[in-house]
Amino acid sequence: MTRQERAAWVFSAPVLAIIALVFVLPTTLAMALSVTDYSIYALADWANLRFVGLGNFIDLFSTPLFWRAMGNTALFAVLGVPMAIGASLAVALLLNDATVRWKPLWRVLLFAPYVTSIVATAVVWRFLFNERSGLINRALATVGAAPIDWLGNPHTSIPAILIFVTWKIFGYNMIVLTAALSVVPQDLMEAARLDGAGRWTRFRHVTLPAIGPTLLLAAVMSVAGFLQIFAEPYVMTLGGPAQSTTTILYFMFDEGFKWWNLGQASAVAFVLFLMILALTMVQTRIGRRYEWL
Amino acid sequence: MALKPRTVLANMAVVLLTGLTIAPLVYMVIVSFMPRGESSNLPTPLWPSRWSLENYHELLVRRLIDGAWFDYRIVPALFNSVAIAAISTVLGLLLTVPAGYAFAKLRFRGRERLLKILIASLVVPGQVAMLPLFLIFKQLGIVNSYAGVILPSLAGIFAILFVRQATLAIPDEMIDAARIDGASEARIFVTIVLPLLSPIVVTLALFMFLGSWNDFLWPLIVLADQHLYTLPVAVAAIAREHSADGELMMAAAVVTTLPVLLLFLAMQRYYLTGLLGGSVKG
Repeated sequence: MTRQERAAWVFSAPVLAIIALVFVLPTTLAMALSVTDYSIYALADWANLRFVGLGNFIDLFSTPLFWRAMGNTALFAVLGVPMAIGASLAVALLLNDATVRWKPLWRVLLFAPYVTSIVATAVVWRFLFNERSGLINRALATVGAAPIDWLGNPHTSIPAILIFVTWKIFGYNMIVLTAALSVVPQDLMEAARLDGAGRWTRFRHVTLPAIGPTLLLAAVMSVAGFLQIFAEPYVMTLGGPAQSTTTILYFMFDEGFKWWNLGQASAVAFVLFLMILALTMVQTRIGRRYEWL
Repeated sequence: MALKPRTVLANMAVVLLTGLTIAPLVYMVIVSFMPRGESSNLPTPLWPSRWSLENYHELLVRRLIDGAWFDYRIVPALFNSVAIAAISTVLGLLLTVPAGYAFAKLRFRGRERLLKILIASLVVPGQVAMLPLFLIFKQLGIVNSYAGVILPSLAGIFAILFVRQATLAIPDEMIDAARIDGASEARIFVTIVLPLLSPIVVTLALFMFLGSWNDFLWPLIVLADQHLYTLPVAVAAIAREHSADGELMMAAAVVTTLPVLLLFLAMQRYYLTGLLGGSVKG
């Protein structure tokens, strides 16, 4: 072993060992756990552990609440990704306008919600969404709208949480897209303008192709993020009302750490993993095929 | 010079949007100073009738109720959060910065393969590992301890790749020259590489501190003892029990968000440039 090689191992072995212990080993064990009936009995005594094959998955697929959680999570992702990315893009385009002053100041303030604790800000937004005295219904009342029981009605609970999540995260992709917009070729933009292309045409044929890869990457990461929603319903709605905000992770947490059905919960985790993997693969493929429109 | 209507419009839109975005945070601070119960009056008050510290007093001070000591355990949670975030950050840096450098500049067998595995593993959501990890930690006896919270945060795959990316920009000639001069590998790292990486290390430290401070699901799983709760776990526990207590909850939210918000505002340059550096994959 060369001196360089020895140094490399001294530098990287400790963290690689920790990664093996807290990430690689448990991820592998998760697959093993998902084919056992690991429950509170096995927690007390390993002798109670049995191999159940795909039993957990079969049970899971016949549990209505699991499908409810899948549906809710899908709804979060389908509505949330365009909402959050749309907000990020709109604000980034606005900030990109040459006439806007003090850009760094606005950028920092608009980004601020992203660095706050989800739990603390979820508490704040639950308060804002209060039906009787919340600030949001008060604002709505000034334009004559009737008060909405945002978090208490199964039809508005997901939109309400999505408003909160969008507020919380749009700053991240706003920054990423701002950087992408700054490298949109200006000579091309100018040429299009001289050719008489309107604002929309320039956006569609100059801006969009330039920021396409960034937009795609942002979408992939947002989908993954929305599939992992947990703290928001945990704090704001406890998964309700009528289980309308029970997400996959919320279901997994309850299954695993409230009822201690760790085998069953591992099956849920595995399904979540496969979904994120599949989505990432699909989106990379789309990106490769079209090289962005 | 007369302003064009378009300029005025764009600037007003930005101001309005920014105002809307920070309004919830400003309102959180305002309500936390309202006398108890005032925020549920109608119409919803936008300003306190008088500025009061009673919510903070209620939240932070231990007092005797019916002969038993009672508090919301926010002060211990604040202490836990600071300690856990600080320890995670320091250990995280010590572990990942040298590793990131090794992956960028030191030649060793298996490097490229390990790198591929690290990048691929970013796809696996951390929650998959959490259930077995809980059982492993239970066997190791570190459930319900600082170590149990901190250890998983040290597996900084993203941090390694982040440091590697930054290190690639350092010219090989500098390192080779030092090697020819007879400097040891450790010395090269400390005296040549580390100073060049210092802005990146500050950024990474900020990411790690904020990440640990805001982390919720894993501390919620691994901590059972209320005295070890971090702020988010403690606040979630209070929120699920005292949902009607608006002013008190806002005070709790202020205690949880304000320290990191101020930290972010003070060091925003490092944070935002780091964010862009991290989004470029090599």
